[in-house]
Amino acid sequence: MNSTVIMFYCISAFILGTGILAVTTGKIFRSAIWLLFSMMGIAGLYFWMQMEFIAAVQIIVYVGGIVVLIIFSIFLTQKSGEEMPKPPLTKTIFSLLAAILGFTFSYLLIYQYGFNDGNAPFELKVSDIGLKMLDTGEHGFILPFEVISVLLLAALVGCIVIAMKVKSIEE
Amino acid sequence: MNEINITDILLVSTALFFVGVYGFFTRRNMITMLMSVELILNSVNINFVAFNKYLFPQNLDGIFFTIFIITIAAAEAAVAIAIIINMYRSHHSVDVEDATDLKY
Repeated sequence: MNSTVIMFYCISAFILGTGILAVTTGKIFRSAIWLLFSMMGIAGLYFWMQMEFIAAVQIIVYVGGIVVLIIFSIFLTQKSGEEMPKPPLTKTIFSLLAAILGFTFSYLLIYQYGFNDGNAPFELKVSDIGLKMLDTGEHGFILPFEVISVLLLAALVGCIVIAMKVKSIEE
Repeated sequence: MNEINITDILLVSTALFFVGVYGFFTRRNMITMLMSVELILNSVNINFVAFNKYLFPQNLDGIFFTIFIITIAAAEAAVAIAIIINMYRSHHSVDVEDATDLKY
């Protein structure tokens, strides 16, 4: 039981605790703040796995982008101080049952599969990511990169079109 | 117990996935449902990174899948919030029970 193992358990408990609070809290703004902490914990897990680049992307995009976007939309659409109505008891029970059954099933699958991790050293250089991202060769990722940039542009234009205020026709 | 292997990380990501599923089932507010979907997407990202690090350390494919999933999640959140704001403008509510115009 060395410090790495203890750190892993601390990070995991943090992620799961804040995640559970994010889906069960009654007030919507608190739920968004718990989600933010959960995302920070996931970034910490990436740091623990020595994936500094992915951790940085996680903090920039999720914590700095998506959660802030969600908070803004809460301010635009909700009375954020009020308690949300609680779900009916049968719904809670059956959802809990479904989640626990699914978790048990997946965990048994994972546990019995027996991954053989070879413990080969893994080092991530950011320059390798960049080179591979723009590689036009056999295992390069230039095509998905271009496709995803077009998709992002289409999504942004679509968002503007959807959320734009339409002037009424009789004017 | 002395060494963390891939099974432990997969256990954490599975638990996070089903926490998100539970939230998706119980919540009725569209914004909180969107938050649950973000939790689910994040657990998938943890899986890809863990597979890349522990099973295929000579490749970078898991890293690229994670980066692309993060991009798609950002686009998805932006579109979802645009739809939510538009629905709030027309229905004055973001509850899924009120979104029944296309039901019958």
